[in-house]
Amino acid sequence: MKQKIGMVVGVALILAWCLLPVAWIISLSFKSQTAITNGSPGFFPADGAGAGWQNYQDVWDNEQFRRAIFNSIGISLIATALSVIIATLAAYAIARLEFRGKKLVLTMALVIAMFPVVSLVGPLFDMWRAIGLYDTWPGLIIPYMSFTLPLAIWTLSAFFREIPWEMEQAAQVDGATSWQAFRRVIVPLAAPGVFTAAILTFFFAWNDFVFGISLTSTEAARPIPASLSFFVGADPFNRPASLLAAGAVISTIPIIVIILIFQRKIVAGLTSGAVKG
Amino acid sequence: MTTQTETPVKDRRAAKPVESDRSKAEARLGQKLVAPAIILMLVVTAFPMLRALYLSLFNYSLTAPDDREFIWFGNYAVALTDPLLWKTTGITVLYMVVTVAFELVIGFAFAMVMHRVIFARGIIRTSILVPYGIITVVSGFAWQFAFSYQNGFVNSWIPGLAADFNWFGETTPAVIAIMVSEIWKTTPFMSLLLLAGLAQVSEDMIEAAKVDGATWTQRLTRVILPNMRAAIMVAVLFRALDAYRIFDNIFVMTAGAQNTESISFLTYRQTIEQFQIGIGSALSVLLFLSVLVIAFLIVKIFRVDLADARQEK
Repeated sequence: MKQKIGMVVGVALILAWCLLPVAWIISLSFKSQTAITNGSPGFFPADGAGAGWQNYQDVWDNEQFRRAIFNSIGISLIATALSVIIATLAAYAIARLEFRGKKLVLTMALVIAMFPVVSLVGPLFDMWRAIGLYDTWPGLIIPYMSFTLPLAIWTLSAFFREIPWEMEQAAQVDGATSWQAFRRVIVPLAAPGVFTAAILTFFFAWNDFVFGISLTSTEAARPIPASLSFFVGADPFNRPASLLAAGAVISTIPIIVIILIFQRKIVAGLTSGAVKG
Repeated sequence: MTTQTETPVKDRRAAKPVESDRSKAEARLGQKLVAPAIILMLVVTAFPMLRALYLSLFNYSLTAPDDREFIWFGNYAVALTDPLLWKTTGITVLYMVVTVAFELVIGFAFAMVMHRVIFARGIIRTSILVPYGIITVVSGFAWQFAFSYQNGFVNSWIPGLAADFNWFGETTPAVIAIMVSEIWKTTPFMSLLLLAGLAQVSEDMIEAAKVDGATWTQRLTRVILPNMRAAIMVAVLFRALDAYRIFDNIFVMTAGAQNTESISFLTYRQTIEQFQIGIGSALSVLLFLSVLVIAFLIVKIFRVDLADARQEK
């Protein structure tokens, strides 16, 4: 009995930890802008200081913000797709084939996963300006791909190792062509792993801030995190908090949707690639 | 007396296969398949890093690009003798040590609850992923506004604190606020890694210890923790290196004011904001080297075997 109460308390603490700040930012997004300017401390909007959907309306009417959402979705999706394709090829080779340099690939992936991103920003800034990639979509897609490859390669190679590849031959013995064996047997087995890697890659690209602020200068390619941080910059200590909160909530919606649909896969992917102690 | 988690003895390399045409073809295919990944990773990391190394030897600023001048290790001398660098390195190490320590303890507690709990598992898993998935910048904003005395709620929730206490007016409270945001966002990730490690500790062993009369503390420190060593060390290594790169939260919450600047932030400020490519490149190289040193120290001190942890022998 005592243990059960302990469990309930523990669960309540975890839920509070995870969701309280989210509840706070949602609550903040409903405070009216005049209340924010005058100062309105407290978790919930005070009486008469609520704004309804006004902040969301204002954020959505902001051309730069809409453009940033569009950039973020486009850049993240393209980077995810390309990164997962390249990582799948590499992970297949690592899990299934014997070749020299296998260890090099894994070591390199490890080093890059730990790389201090900021130390690349200077030289990349310089290079991208020289070759015209500065402030363009590809200028962000390329670094995102490089930095998500390690995670994708790990997750996928851990996953591919578990696949019973003999089933491919078994299917061929049963009369399937190699293409059929691949499509009907291997693809369904490998798809969940590929999918998990894609979700984790998307999270990374969506979250990135350092490249987003350093390698863009206009709304042509600026992603959401960068755009949010530049949303009225003059006085960093008195920002239009409720507007920003509304923007933050909008930018979190895609993440929440992905988590709600795929939570089981994300947890499996996070832990399979990184730790198998 | 520690019992290590079993490592599969799977040494494929020991028995060197005879170089047949088939194995040669396999090797060629393997190398072809990993080539795009290698090239891409090198283009964005190794090449710019070498370029940074080269540029760091020049006195070079984008505001006066024609005055570029080769000065050997002048930039390094300037950077290393500047107290600012040491101050920011100190504060960065502080961020790293404190956040990882808190994340480890809280993350472990969460992992224990998640491991034992028999109800609401889906809800817990969904919620624990929310901080992980949320944009760091958004987390930074959420906490900055929460700590703000103008529009936040933290001051009114902490008993004995003045309602107009300004968290961002001094170094210590500002650093605490930044750490809170960082810890909030990354503890779930830590707890998931630890949960995976916890799942691999054999229940029989814990049960046996219990039968032998071990107390809860003894079971934890003598059975559970030693058997999770690999998982804990990998989690600490990854999080420590990640925490050392702290940037987003500082940028959003204080913009480096009140001496909250980290080494990453200093490097960014020199290169992107002040266009000092020469000294900025030198800082980039130093940042990279310091990450290598930290990784090396953690691996050596805690004897982390990454290959072992990945079962990649």
